Amino acid sequence: MFTLLSAALRVLLALSLLCGIVYPALVLGLAQLAFPVQANGSLIERDGRAVGSRLIGQPFHSSRYFWSRPSATGVHAYDARASSGSNLGPTSPALLDAVAGRVRDLRASVSSEAPVPVDLVTTSASGLDPHISPAAALLQVERVATARGLAPERVRALVLDHVEPRTIGLLGEARVNVLELDLALDELR
Amino acid sequence: MSLEAWMRLTLFIAVLVALGWPLGAYLANVAAGKNPGVARWLAPLERGIYRIGGVDSAREMTWKQYALALLAFQLVGVLVLYALQRLQGSLPFNPAGFAGTTPDLAFDTAISFVTNTNWQSYGGETTMSHFVQAVGLGVQNFVSAATGIAVFFALARGFQRASAATLGNFWADMVRSTVHVLLPLSVVLALALVSQGVVQTLAPAATVQLLEPTTDSAGAPVSEQTLALGPVASQVAIKQLGTNGGGFFNVNSAHPFENPTPLSNYLELLAILLLPVAACSAFGRMAVDRRQGRALLATMILIFVPLTALAIGAEERGNPKLTALGADQFASEQQSGGNLEGKEVRFGAFESALWSTATTAASNGSVNSMHDSYTPLGGLAPMVLMQLGEVVFGGVGSGLYGLVLFALVAVFLAGLMVGRTPEYLGKKIERFEVQMASLGILAPCFAVLVGTALAVSTSVGRASIQDPGVHGFSEVLYAFSSAGNNNGSAFAGLNANVPFYNVALGFAMLIARYLVALPVIAIAGTLAAKKKTPESAGTLPTHGALFVGLLVGVVLLVGALTFLPSLAIGPIVEHLQMIAGGGA
Repeated sequence: MFTLLSAALRVLLALSLLCGIVYPALVLGLAQLAFPVQANGSLIERDGRAVGSRLIGQPFHSSRYFWSRPSATGVHAYDARASSGSNLGPTSPALLDAVAGRVRDLRASVSSEAPVPVDLVTTSASGLDPHISPAAALLQVERVATARGLAPERVRALVLDHVEPRTIGLLGEARVNVLELDLALDELR
Repeated sequence: MSLEAWMRLTLFIAVLVALGWPLGAYLANVAAGKNPGVARWLAPLERGIYRIGGVDSAREMTWKQYALALLAFQLVGVLVLYALQRLQGSLPFNPAGFAGTTPDLAFDTAISFVTNTNWQSYGGETTMSHFVQAVGLGVQNFVSAATGIAVFFALARGFQRASAATLGNFWADMVRSTVHVLLPLSVVLALALVSQGVVQTLAPAATVQLLEPTTDSAGAPVSEQTLALGPVASQVAIKQLGTNGGGFFNVNSAHPFENPTPLSNYLELLAILLLPVAACSAFGRMAVDRRQGRALLATMILIFVPLTALAIGAEERGNPKLTALGADQFASEQQSGGNLEGKEVRFGAFESALWSTATTAASNGSVNSMHDSYTPLGGLAPMVLMQLGEVVFGGVGSGLYGLVLFALVAVFLAGLMVGRTPEYLGKKIERFEVQMASLGILAPCFAVLVGTALAVSTSVGRASIQDPGVHGFSEVLYAFSSAGNNNGSAFAGLNANVPFYNVALGFAMLIARYLVALPVIAIAGTLAAKKKTPESAGTLPTHGALFVGLLVGVVLLVGALTFLPSLAIGPIVEHLQMIAGGGA
């Protein structure tokens, strides 16, 4: 029995070396060589300073920016130290209250009683969703254009420019990266 | 489900089978001790592991020796993983300075990763150091999957051999599965994922300036965002290929750094089901009749597709309560629509729901959306796929051997109907095999139902429930369905990181793994000892549509008889409440 356990321990040790150290180190080396930007978080730099990651969403509140989806992360919205969804069930009163409040705020911001795109009133799985649907972006064009004193057509064109379609027409869904859109917005003169 | 969704689902299954079926030939070669292709280059690594371990990989083992070696390896695995977590504070590569975990969490997590369940009661980026993630959890991702493949190899040899006393060598099977199958696939997948944006670095975090400052829940200003990073890609690759599912981050493959693009999502989805499909093909080849593997794969797909359609349809239709509040859930050119609470825009309702059934059909358990927020029927489909015993694709190796247990029961039932001794793949199925198969099928059911009953009838069990009403019951039922079938996914609203759930779920995972694997090894042993029975006019062919239908029927019947009452109390009632506009 002792020989068996000692053999088991030594095999585990050898495999730990291979799968726990050599394997991640090999992937680390190759990744840093071949894809240095992606391997380190796909950071966006402006004037030598990291202003975000193109994969991680940020919270926006003012009328001058396109808003991201609601986020359920802990201490503040889009807290990328601790990802989290709301995990509220479909009939949960807490969910229904929250959605009702968000619909109200959103309708007030566009002065319209039309149904609002579902992604703008629900929290994402990660709490860090960098995207909104094209419908959610288009809904905000009027507000952003007014706040910035820009022609709505220009802002609308910028949004359409930032729509990423499905990959090869089949994978994923059409979407707009909010941080990239807002950064581009700041560069519109 | 929309027509477009049917086309996307058909395409997915076609791509999956096209990749997985040929891989089965490679798997069968690895089982036979041959070193095809890339395996030739990796053979020195394999020999080095035997040398360090001091094991003779050529020594044939009886089923009892095989089982004993497996148990010894798992016991050592649990002890080492427990120790690594408890000692985390004094170990290297701990840039965030996490302290050791609590005893009950360490116990639960050790069992969880060794049994290939990967249930996580903790948030990865806030609990575990890089060292524990890579050397503790990451290693078990490989070897727990390899152990499942080893048991599958042993079972296949039970059918292959005649009048034999032995089943092969556990060390050889486990090490060869790791080195020749899981390792090369993981390197390729990890690099493909990095190209899409999955991070792979030793840095703990990056700090960036927020474009627009915000405030935290206490009203204090926040102007920076700290992005948790780490060696993620290497862990995500094996977590998918090894049907493990334990994520680096709290939200698993919904996190943009674990699953950033539609392409990374597709690759991970394929990886979840790749080896379970390959196992069907390998089993057919090893049993010297490829049609047998085809019949098992057909059985899996026939159960998978309707339940997947149910989940996708339910999530595409969305939540009528949100429609009533003014949310637009209709799919159009401008939005994918559906129930998007707990889902990412880049995946939408279709790829989220497809993932939810793929990850629960396979015993993977990783998530790219939050199952707790699914519509009741959308959440029912993954729950049922786990409750069917993780035999629809199932775990790497374990799904196949689980389905063979059902096949034994199916031929036994057919034998009873016509009054002949049942046979499967040329072996007579007798009392011992049927007893062991029944044990393997019923043990997980027992763990799920008794565990759920225990939790909802004690105050300590109810205290962790997040949602009021029947949904709270679903959270508990889901947790035990997941642990009691070694899946690992969760209705994450349930606060499972408390001693009661850590211990109860730990035992459920042990029952699900070993009261299935050990009966399978015992069956393999007695089958190997039997002579081959030549096919006769009275033999029930087990490769045709008739048998596939019978097998589907047996799997669904056992599942339905066992779980329908509990599903009626949970998701079915909630569905009626949701569409009737009643309260929670």
